[in-house]
Amino acid sequence: MRLGLVIDMDTCVGCHACAVACKQWNTSGTTGALTDYRPYGEDPSGVWFNRVRHYEVGDYPNNKTVNIPMSCMHCQHADCVNVCPTGASYKRPEDGIVLVDQDKCMGCNYCAWACPYGARELDREDGVMKKCTLCVDRIYDEQLPPEERQPACVITCPAHARFFGDFDDDNSEVSRLVRERGGVKQMPELGYKPVNTYLPPRITRPIPIDDVRANRVVSSVKDWVNKMVAR
Amino acid sequence: MSALPEFENHSEQEIKYTTCYMCACRCGIKVTVQNNKVRYIQGNRHHPINKGVLCAKGNAGIMKQQSPARLHQPMRRKPGTERGAGEFEPISWDEALDMLSTRLQKIRETDPRKLAFFTGRDQMQALTGLWATQFGTYNWAAHGGFCSVNMATGGLYTTGFAFWEFGDPDWDRTKYHMLWGVAEDHASNPIKIGLEKLKRRGGKFVAINPVRTGYQAIADEWVGIKPGTDGLFALSMLHVLLKNDQFDWDFLVRYTNATQLVVQTPGQKGDGLILRDEAGNPLVWELEQEAFVDGTQVDIKPALFGEYTAPDGRPVKTVMTLLAERYLSEEYAPENTAKITGVPADQTERLALEMAHVAFKETIELDIEWTDSWGRKHDKVFGRPVSMHAMRGISAHSNGFQTCRAIHLLQIMLGSVDCPGGHLAKPPYPKHVPPGIKPAKECAPNTPLKSPPLGFPTAPEDLVIDDDGNPLRIDKAFSWDAPISNHGLMHMVVTNAVNGDPYPIDTLIFFMANMSWNSSMNTAEVMDMLRAKDDSGEYKIPFLVVADAFHSETVNFADLVLPDTTYLERYDTISMLDRPISEPAAAADSIRHPILEVDRDVRPWQEVMVELAGRLKFPAFTNDDGSRKFADYKDFIVNFEKEPGIGFLSGYRGKDGQTHLRGEPNPKQWEAYIENQGFFVHHLAPNQQFYRYANKEYLELAKHAGWVGKTDPITIELYSETQQRFKLAGQGLYDGPQPTKQEHKDRLTQFFDPLPIWHKPLEQTRIDEDEYPFYAVNQRPMFMYHSWDSQNAWLRQICAQNYLYMNRGKAESMGIEDLSWVWMESHNGRVRVQVKLIEGCEPSTVWTWNAIGKQKGAWGLKPDANESNKGFLMNHLISELLPKKGDPVDQITNSDPVTGQAAWYDLKVKITPADPEETSTWPDFETVKPAPGMTEAPDQLRYAAHKPVHLNRSIRDVLTRGSLDEDR
Repeated sequence: MRLGLVIDMDTCVGCHACAVACKQWNTSGTTGALTDYRPYGEDPSGVWFNRVRHYEVGDYPNNKTVNIPMSCMHCQHADCVNVCPTGASYKRPEDGIVLVDQDKCMGCNYCAWACPYGARELDREDGVMKKCTLCVDRIYDEQLPPEERQPACVITCPAHARFFGDFDDDNSEVSRLVRERGGVKQMPELGYKPVNTYLPPRITRPIPIDDVRANRVVSSVKDWVNKMVAR
Repeated sequence: MSALPEFENHSEQEIKYTTCYMCACRCGIKVTVQNNKVRYIQGNRHHPINKGVLCAKGNAGIMKQQSPARLHQPMRRKPGTERGAGEFEPISWDEALDMLSTRLQKIRETDPRKLAFFTGRDQMQALTGLWATQFGTYNWAAHGGFCSVNMATGGLYTTGFAFWEFGDPDWDRTKYHMLWGVAEDHASNPIKIGLEKLKRRGGKFVAINPVRTGYQAIADEWVGIKPGTDGLFALSMLHVLLKNDQFDWDFLVRYTNATQLVVQTPGQKGDGLILRDEAGNPLVWELEQEAFVDGTQVDIKPALFGEYTAPDGRPVKTVMTLLAERYLSEEYAPENTAKITGVPADQTERLALEMAHVAFKETIELDIEWTDSWGRKHDKVFGRPVSMHAMRGISAHSNGFQTCRAIHLLQIMLGSVDCPGGHLAKPPYPKHVPPGIKPAKECAPNTPLKSPPLGFPTAPEDLVIDDDGNPLRIDKAFSWDAPISNHGLMHMVVTNAVNGDPYPIDTLIFFMANMSWNSSMNTAEVMDMLRAKDDSGEYKIPFLVVADAFHSETVNFADLVLPDTTYLERYDTISMLDRPISEPAAAADSIRHPILEVDRDVRPWQEVMVELAGRLKFPAFTNDDGSRKFADYKDFIVNFEKEPGIGFLSGYRGKDGQTHLRGEPNPKQWEAYIENQGFFVHHLAPNQQFYRYANKEYLELAKHAGWVGKTDPITIELYSETQQRFKLAGQGLYDGPQPTKQEHKDRLTQFFDPLPIWHKPLEQTRIDEDEYPFYAVNQRPMFMYHSWDSQNAWLRQICAQNYLYMNRGKAESMGIEDLSWVWMESHNGRVRVQVKLIEGCEPSTVWTWNAIGKQKGAWGLKPDANESNKGFLMNHLISELLPKKGDPVDQITNSDPVTGQAAWYDLKVKITPADPEETSTWPDFETVKPAPGMTEAPDQLRYAAHKPVHLNRSIRDVLTRGSLDEDR
């Protein structure tokens, strides 16, 4: 299995629901608590596994706003794992999820430097590295109803811009979406083979207007002749 | 196989269902609770509103519950200290309630209007309104006057329903959606769910907004219009539709007043009113009979166009003739409107024609048998799959009512009203145009009002004014200043009360409203007004009561603070008597119930109101023997009946809980709601889902359920006779009350019109636009819209400082750099703000996120919080009165002249660079002291509902596999 996320940039409105759902679930999750620094003071910050970035493409008036949620891509070539000196970082062979064993991590930050996607977050209070687990404690928890065995970010997304599944299964929803919508990877040139895939905005169909354009436009109310329409 | 993590211990957890209140969207939530702590809040997948999803706010509910801003106990201003100094002393609930009820008793016995009770973003207006009615004061309203009353009024006086709580796009079928003035909205999750459905189906999404944030980001086409010109843009598209003969002729004839005849006698009484027979029925010209006939009849063939001479000799024209004459005018031609709206002519024309194509060439047909109001059966339903949604960017202008009507006019011309793919009503809407309730006009000691404080005037006789034409309400609602102010003018209460205009009051109660900060125009002066004293040293507003769960800036000014609970700690209803959670095809209402035990000495405001109602012996709350009718809020909700069988909750009624919509009280109704995940849904049959203005089966159900008073068909009012009556009053041609002051006459003649008009936003007519060249608007980000959560530890990490956003090219041409500090100045004052340059902003517009800026020390934030040092409020620049010109209009509210909607977005400003050393926000206010009992904000937060279940990689795995890298 190769588990990961598909994110639809055609419908992501940048609402941050996924980011906060992730924070909420995971602060009581496998690597919680996720520390918040100066939560009520100057420049509040904290440990988040998923952050939504906002960009603009093109100059006014031909500009478009693009929202890109970013979390661990669960790369096939996960250099964050290769560089880990303690063996705390690992990639599960059976599903490809990249995880950190909190008891083995010494907080050296090598993995954060190795990750080009900014997906690793050092919890300064705990002194260990934390990251997206694909909600490994949800997706395999058989005590949850089957429809809820999905990452918190996917379940909550109001714009249904997030999908979770097995990229090795050609029949999975994620594989189908990537195929049909021309899914793209982020920075593939770096060679990490990220699993998470982004769907580019759809091209809108052109709407014909010639069939509703009058040959001779109405110039005065007198141009209309009453029709016999019954009430 | 590597080890799976240990999973959390579900046996320690409990699942409860309730309704979110992180904003006004009212989503269903499934809450996992562990040891009286929230483990996880997720969307309830069975809930009609959010269908399992949940926004950023909803997901941050835990941090609302953790907020250090939570109030802990009732408090009063410490005797001998000044109001606003923030010196409080804790008192018991008994003391607080004794103090308040003694004072209220005295007011009620003498002059009940001396109590003004105004509420913020609550969702219990059915209860607060009933309370005020029973108290006997008409000085009550909620926050609609500074929120979106233009949208409610625009709709209810046109189609009988409106946007959001009143109606939704048919997201399942629409093929073309036009969104007007919405970055985020009340229906936060439904809009996102809907837009995704539309886009998945290949539909087109067009967004009209000066700023390309929020929903605009995913729009297929962005129309970066100039603020306040949307009405002209809509009417310009209407021009294109008329020019190209694209409108739904049959729809107009059948369901609207387009064929009714309008008297054309300018300068005479009766001009512009509908020609009627002796029974008051509107007349139309029948084409076969060639005669005037009662236009309410069916199977007649009325003329849509034409001018005739009425039997009494007066010239008349059909509504449609007047409409076409007006909007065919070159004034509305796209090449002429482009100069004002900034929307290129070819784009305006194309968008209008695209909608015409989708409406008329991609019509939907559904095989649904239905019966019209006249008993005729039909075997199909036709849909014009063009939908629209509009909100704050339309409503917060002084031309918002007319603009909203213009948008509805487009929908009506396209025939896309309550049909498949179009704009659908949500029960209890549609109502008759307008609803039949009239605002109360009299207050008397110890006597409930004869009708609710708010209602729907249709003529000057309905105004709440005295014999001399002066306002009777403290907010001057339903006066010549704003005759159709259906939601009141909460933004005027402090100013009017302090000025004693129309009269001084004794006690002002604010519930959940931040009126000394982000909910007031002219914030700094409002703070001064709250502290203002008369010559005898008495405060001009003698007693200010604030009920809130959190330590807001307004709490600081209270004489008495009544601390509320959070949404997870109380019983509450989202009632069918109010604006419930219905969906287009289903009537639905819902509840909240305590998920967590209260750990502070706080009480739900609902309970406090029921308690006060009992103490004050309101008739509806008192038995004949003088004893209390209701033990508490729960008891009240179960047993109160507005009319036989109709209560606050419509589900699970009857002794056995098996009767819905109308039925006897059910003593176990709360239990039934809780058992059913906190909500009730009544699905409409397919034959009740469309054309509900003239759908027999639907209207019969609606009457049974108490949603409408009669089953008569609802006539859609393209032409608003109500508007014309007020216009005639302004012209001195009305048989009834007429204004005596010239400024009122001018306003009625200029701004009331039976067909939508566009006029320049009022502020812009009273300032030098060359001096203040920029439009200035604000909006709320998706993660804080309609929320009280700038203090939320998670949400403020997304944004703790608002910038002033400017178009990059424009700013650079002025020498303004990204992240530099500038002065932003209006006719009313100035603020110092930090700039961010973006592409997605119409060049003559600047904007910011509203309500991020906080007073130092308020909301449990530390004094060094970004919100207080770098964030800012635009409110300081906005006057609650119109810009001064030295004429009588100086004293008139800065609001829509029809509805009294606060005209926040009419603002115009100039921008000048600040000195290099000026790198903080201005004005700067003193630091608010913490209230007694508040917990100090921590420097670090580590929230968890339980100890983490650690991931574990075995040493064997480390040693044998090393790192995993498939190909390298």
